[in-house]
Amino acid sequence: MAIERVVSKVIKFYVPLAAYLAFLLFPFYWMVNTVFKSDIELYNMDLNPLYVHSPTLGNIVSLFTETIFLRWMANTFFVAISATLISLVVSLLAAYAIQRLQFKGSGPTGVAIFLAYLVPQTILFIPLAHTIFKLKLWDSLWALVLTYPTFLIPFCTWLLMGYFKSIPKEMEECAMIDGASRIKIFRRIILPLCLPGVLSAGIFCFTLSWNEYLYALAFISSTAKKTVPIGLVTELVRGDVYHWGALMAGALCASVPVALVYSFFVEHYVAGMTGALKE
Amino acid sequence: MDAIAASEHAPRGPGLRQRFSRSLENPTILGLLFVAPAELLLLIFLAYPFLLGLWLGFTDTIVGREGSFIGFENYAWLLEDPTFWLTCFNTFLYTIVAVILKAVLGIGLAVILNRDFKGKGLMRAIVLLPWIIPTALSAICFWWLYDSTFSGISWTLMKLGITDHFIDFLGNPWNARWSLIAANVWRGVPFFTIGLLAGLQTISPDLYEAAEIDGAGSWKKFRKITLPLLTPLLTVVTVFSTIWTFADFQLVWIITKGGPAGATHIFGTLSYQRAMQGGQFGEGAAISNFMLPILVACVFIAFVFLRRED
Amino acid sequence: MAEVRLENICKHFDEVVAVDNFNLSIRDKEFVVLVGPSGCGKTTTLRMIAGLESITSGEVYIGDRLINKLPAKDRNIAMVFQNYALYPHMTVFDNMAFSLEMRKRSKDEIKQRVQEAAEILGIQELLFRRPKQLSGGQRQRVALGRAIVRNPEVFLFDEPLSNLDAKLRAQTRLELKKLHERLATTAVYVTHDQIEAMTMGDRIVVMHDGFIQQVGSPLELYDRPANKFVAGFIGSPAMNLFEAELNGAGDEISLRAGDFTLDLPPEKAQHFQDYTEQKVIVGIRPEDFKQAAEHSPGKTIPATVEAVEPLGNETYVNVAAGNVALTAAVGKRTEIKPHGTLNLVPIFENMHLFDSRSENSIL
Repeated sequence: MAIERVVSKVIKFYVPLAAYLAFLLFPFYWMVNTVFKSDIELYNMDLNPLYVHSPTLGNIVSLFTETIFLRWMANTFFVAISATLISLVVSLLAAYAIQRLQFKGSGPTGVAIFLAYLVPQTILFIPLAHTIFKLKLWDSLWALVLTYPTFLIPFCTWLLMGYFKSIPKEMEECAMIDGASRIKIFRRIILPLCLPGVLSAGIFCFTLSWNEYLYALAFISSTAKKTVPIGLVTELVRGDVYHWGALMAGALCASVPVALVYSFFVEHYVAGMTGALKE
Repeated sequence: MDAIAASEHAPRGPGLRQRFSRSLENPTILGLLFVAPAELLLLIFLAYPFLLGLWLGFTDTIVGREGSFIGFENYAWLLEDPTFWLTCFNTFLYTIVAVILKAVLGIGLAVILNRDFKGKGLMRAIVLLPWIIPTALSAICFWWLYDSTFSGISWTLMKLGITDHFIDFLGNPWNARWSLIAANVWRGVPFFTIGLLAGLQTISPDLYEAAEIDGAGSWKKFRKITLPLLTPLLTVVTVFSTIWTFADFQLVWIITKGGPAGATHIFGTLSYQRAMQGGQFGEGAAISNFMLPILVACVFIAFVFLRRED
Repeated sequence: MAEVRLENICKHFDEVVAVDNFNLSIRDKEFVVLVGPSGCGKTTTLRMIAGLESITSGEVYIGDRLINKLPAKDRNIAMVFQNYALYPHMTVFDNMAFSLEMRKRSKDEIKQRVQEAAEILGIQELLFRRPKQLSGGQRQRVALGRAIVRNPEVFLFDEPLSNLDAKLRAQTRLELKKLHERLATTAVYVTHDQIEAMTMGDRIVVMHDGFIQQVGSPLELYDRPANKFVAGFIGSPAMNLFEAELNGAGDEISLRAGDFTLDLPPEKAQHFQDYTEQKVIVGIRPEDFKQAAEHSPGKTIPATVEAVEPLGNETYVNVAAGNVALTAAVGKRTEIKPHGTLNLVPIFENMHLFDSRSENSIL
């Protein structure tokens, strides 16, 4: 009996899980693997490529010295943080207004924001390019800082609306009787209480900004202003030569900030995702 | 009467400042004020471009030159373009297969993860990794992984004796399609998994216990309890995934750029190629606009379903 | 002077009428309880006084001031909410100080007033804890403290005891009453529990379906309920209410119900001349029954015992007389057993009769 259960457990649980983990982690492994191989080893067909024979930091070094990788990282950070800040502030206000203030038209506004989330960037990028050009923001990081909120705000607003729902109305009513103006209530009562939500939303925005590619590709042309994903793909492939080692090094290094933020805030991330879905 | 109250009710006329702060107490005024920044941003950078995009599809705008209205010419032209039809086919294939695979694998994984075991938190964190890592970076990784000469997959398969030559992942049209689908699924399963896992956790274990007493086996329990209760959430998640997959860009662009010979072009990549690289804004916009009916249909389905659940 | 006057207050939510034709004058320092089942409009009325609900029509005065249009913070009232509504991210001190801060009082004054209130309630040691570290009873005191610190003209209470367990509730009732006496401030208290109403109120307002049913002191409501609803609502166990037919005329009127007839004494009969040959609703409280050794038709109700409920201080017996179910109090201890017979003698002076249709008291 016990053996049957163990076998059943193995088949139903461990095997599929192991298979999935292999599927999931293999690309990461391959990436990390490649980073530490020298070009010679990389292109040597006789060696077993599944492990590193003589590890080297050469790729990482060349990434930092032969490209302006750090510049790209700085650009990406700038855009991500700025867009996140803008989106958080704007979404916080909007979510409070829709969820709590319940003013005339808050319903349709909420729906409109939901719909905005569903419009994909591939539909918007051409006319946006047009608009960005007209606003003289072409080839400027500000173009990204202003356009990223279009997909960050809807999600954040949703998430924060969920958070506001969990703050009892009585608390605000009590504050009103206590003499606080609505703005004071927002600052002194609501804001401190929704910090976890703001944190989740902020992490999401940060991650989503790092994830963006199309707008960054379309609106930025000069090398010095590129964001990391764009820079890596366009600059590390010179002619027909693919600098795979450096490419993988770039991919790895660029993943680090996001992975770090993620690892510190996993709970918030998951809470954010599932909270929004429940809405 | 209390001293405070007395001082508060000393007569004073409404100055401008008073009127201003009084109006901020009005939920409608404050509400509109609070919502204004969001509306402004979305109006300028989303609503307006959206409408502009619709308009551009009807013009012959090219880079640097304002276009003029040409009616349905773009669309007519596209409908005669074999590459466009190929793109249509690719997009639908890509979306349908990838979403189905993601859903199935996602549900499966969610069910597996839904029990309590040591390291559950860690497992959940690891499972989410592909979703967290910026798509472009994992696309670069797959790009390398699919290299026709040095692919680790090919090497492993060859060593395992499953195949005898290096697979041309990206040079052969059908291989390229499947490779892209695989990459998309790799990236997208976590979204389904975590979302559905949360849904599974809301299903009370009592239901399963009652079913067990009634004699239901695992599969029956899954079909009669899990699936029906999970359907609303599954629908929402699927609709989102469909929209995102249908309107995908970076994964395909980085790995194949739509090649070989347009065999993996999807609407997004074709539109980019024609508009940004070819300069044909009007045509590019028209291609993008072809996505609208499907997206509207998806949104509609989502709404109908969500309304029903209310 | 902090009298509260509500004149012709009405509240509509779209089509639903939550409160209608509400008129009440509350004297300075009075403790008035609004009581009724859920949905009767008591909380809505309280919220209209507070300024948390708009008033559809009618006027509310505190003292001489018409407060209809005044925002809540300018009405000089303090409210204790059912769920206390303490600010979780602030200490007890800050919770209590908040309203004074909003009114820009000096730090010293705030400190002094919070300390005073804390002493009155015995929560000085809790001042620097957070709400989540407190028990239910402690949180309730903080909520009270918050209200006291304001030194308002009127205290408003929205079912403050319903989240406490029974024992704590009884204890807190007492404390609240003592507190009210000490603070000598007008108070309006909402509850669905008639025991709270009876023990705490100087006057009680019974509400049902948005209307006032009766206003009076606890004993007034108990002894002279104005209609069937108040009669059945006030008093525990509830008054026995059953339908009967009045027969006869002049001095000899009898009522017939179930399988028994009762001859009304002449002093009582003269009130009901207009109701003979009609159906009425009879009300007798459980404690208004005596027992007879034998059944004498016209004077006693012969009943079969269905259940006996010994509470220790009193025993209640549930009986059936034909199709009429009654509850009678039969003293501290009894030998009565189920399936036995009991001959009940109603105390006619305390019997109530209500009109079948209007349900108003016929007296």
